[in-house]
Amino acid sequence: MHNTTYHKARNAADAASLLSGAEDGTLLAGGQTLIPTMKARLAAPTDLVDVSGASDMRGIIVSGNRVTIGAATTHAEVAGSSEIRAVCPSICDLAANIGDPAVRNRGTIGGSVANNDPAADYPAAMLALGATIQTNTREIAADEFFTGMFDTALDEGEIITGVSFTAPAKGAYAKFPNPASRYAMCGVFVASGDAGTRVAITGAGSDGVFRATDMEAALNSNFSASALDGLSVDAANMLSDIHGDSAYRANLVKVMAKRAVTGAG
Amino acid sequence: MTTVSMTVNGKAVSSDVEDRTLLVDFIREQLRLTGTHVGCDTSQCGACVVHVNGTAMKSCTMLAVSANDADITTIEGVANDDLHPMQKAFNDNHGLQCGFCTPGMIMSGIDMVNRYKAEGKKLDETAIRHELEGNICRCTGYHNIVKSISQAAGEM
Ligand SMILES: Cc1cc2nc3c(=O)[nH]c(=O)nc-3n(C[C@H](O)[C@H](O)[C@H](O)COP(=O)(O)OP(=O)(O)OC[C@H]3O[C@@H](n4cnc5c(N)ncnc54)[C@H](O)[C@@H]3O)c2cc1C
Ligand code: FES
Ligand code: FES
Repeated sequence: MHNTTYHKARNAADAASLLSGAEDGTLLAGGQTLIPTMKARLAAPTDLVDVSGASDMRGIIVSGNRVTIGAATTHAEVAGSSEIRAVCPSICDLAANIGDPAVRNRGTIGGSVANNDPAADYPAAMLALGATIQTNTREIAADEFFTGMFDTALDEGEIITGVSFTAPAKGAYAKFPNPASRYAMCGVFVASGDAGTRVAITGAGSDGVFRATDMEAALNSNFSASALDGLSVDAANMLSDIHGDSAYRANLVKVMAKRAVTGAG
Repeated sequence: MTTVSMTVNGKAVSSDVEDRTLLVDFIREQLRLTGTHVGCDTSQCGACVVHVNGTAMKSCTMLAVSANDADITTIEGVANDDLHPMQKAFNDNHGLQCGFCTPGMIMSGIDMVNRYKAEGKKLDETAIRHELEGNICRCTGYHNIVKSISQAAGEM
């Protein structure tokens, strides 16, 4: 790892000023993506601004069926939150299956959403739940936030402070983990409520997380796994790698979508 | 350089480190506690798991400066005069062969038993296997590791 200078931010405003004062600074949250990347010398920021203890970026608030999760909240905290589980168990189950226990004890929702790894789990939840991504300067709808593989609508130096969403009447996440890395080969989040059904898919698309609008239309008229039988997924838009080619992934999307619908009940 | 201070296995330590120093390198090279191992470059193997303020973390995927003021337990700190029940269980059940993964397995094992106890949940074989997803063993085939953790769960 190249050398770097570490700073601990007290809160989001402190983090913003530390970042703007740095030559080539990067936020450090749980470090479960950034530290391995720095160890491989694929990133070499001059400064690290640690937001894991930023007071206004931590914690969980559930008010009615509105859920707000601070960006620096760990996967283990989301998985173990009885307040969230009472209204939206699907996101707790998703968090409980990210990586492994040690990763979940450090990795954060803000880091995961900011990174927008094409095989990460939270982006599918954010998109299907129609979440709002809160930053230190504005609010961004999930539909506008995820702009392609490892790419988001965040500006240079913009800091995610939290995410919020309305718990759906029904929701489920079905993940087919890569047996070696545990990242999603395909993960489908289905959320259904007053505003209709939304289906978001991670792990499979060649441009990162996406909404399956044809599935949404079919489920809006008949919310059952069999409603997806007649649909086909275009392999041309799928990832293809040593773990599975695009035809395999196209099939997996449909299989996992049906499991998610069945899981949502 | 930054001065870090932490408690490791009950002992206060303080040292100047480069900011890029990984916690595992601090533990192994400065403190000379070489029971914590490094088995990969990709944060996947779990040989480096230690407890930071009571929770399992990969010390290879965390900076020493991030652990300032923390309370750390490594494999060297789990036994009193006798072996910890988790260590004894690995011994009883032949839960290791070469032993390289064992410190991480023990630290993850203790963490999962404590967590399931605190939450009042049952740590059955399926749960142990799910909990061990971040610990790789190239020798045992995991079967005796699962048996070991299961025995210790009954004794802790
Ligand atoms: C072995 C292993 C297995 C894993 N398995 C999975 C898996 O199954 N599913 C999955 O989804 N993920 C998985 N992950 C990734 C894990 O969830 C990471 O924790 C997550 O992707 C990044 O979160 P972090 O808090 O660790 O962020 P960091 O690594 O600290 O940061 C990641 C990036 O986000 C930026 N960032 C962090 N916080 C903010 C913020 N508040 N605002 C703006 N930018 C920010 C950083 O600058 C950096 O560029 C795995 C990781 C490991 C090591
Ligand atoms: S050395 Fe830490 S996970 Fe492999
Ligand atoms: S006993 Fe050899 S790696 Fe596990």
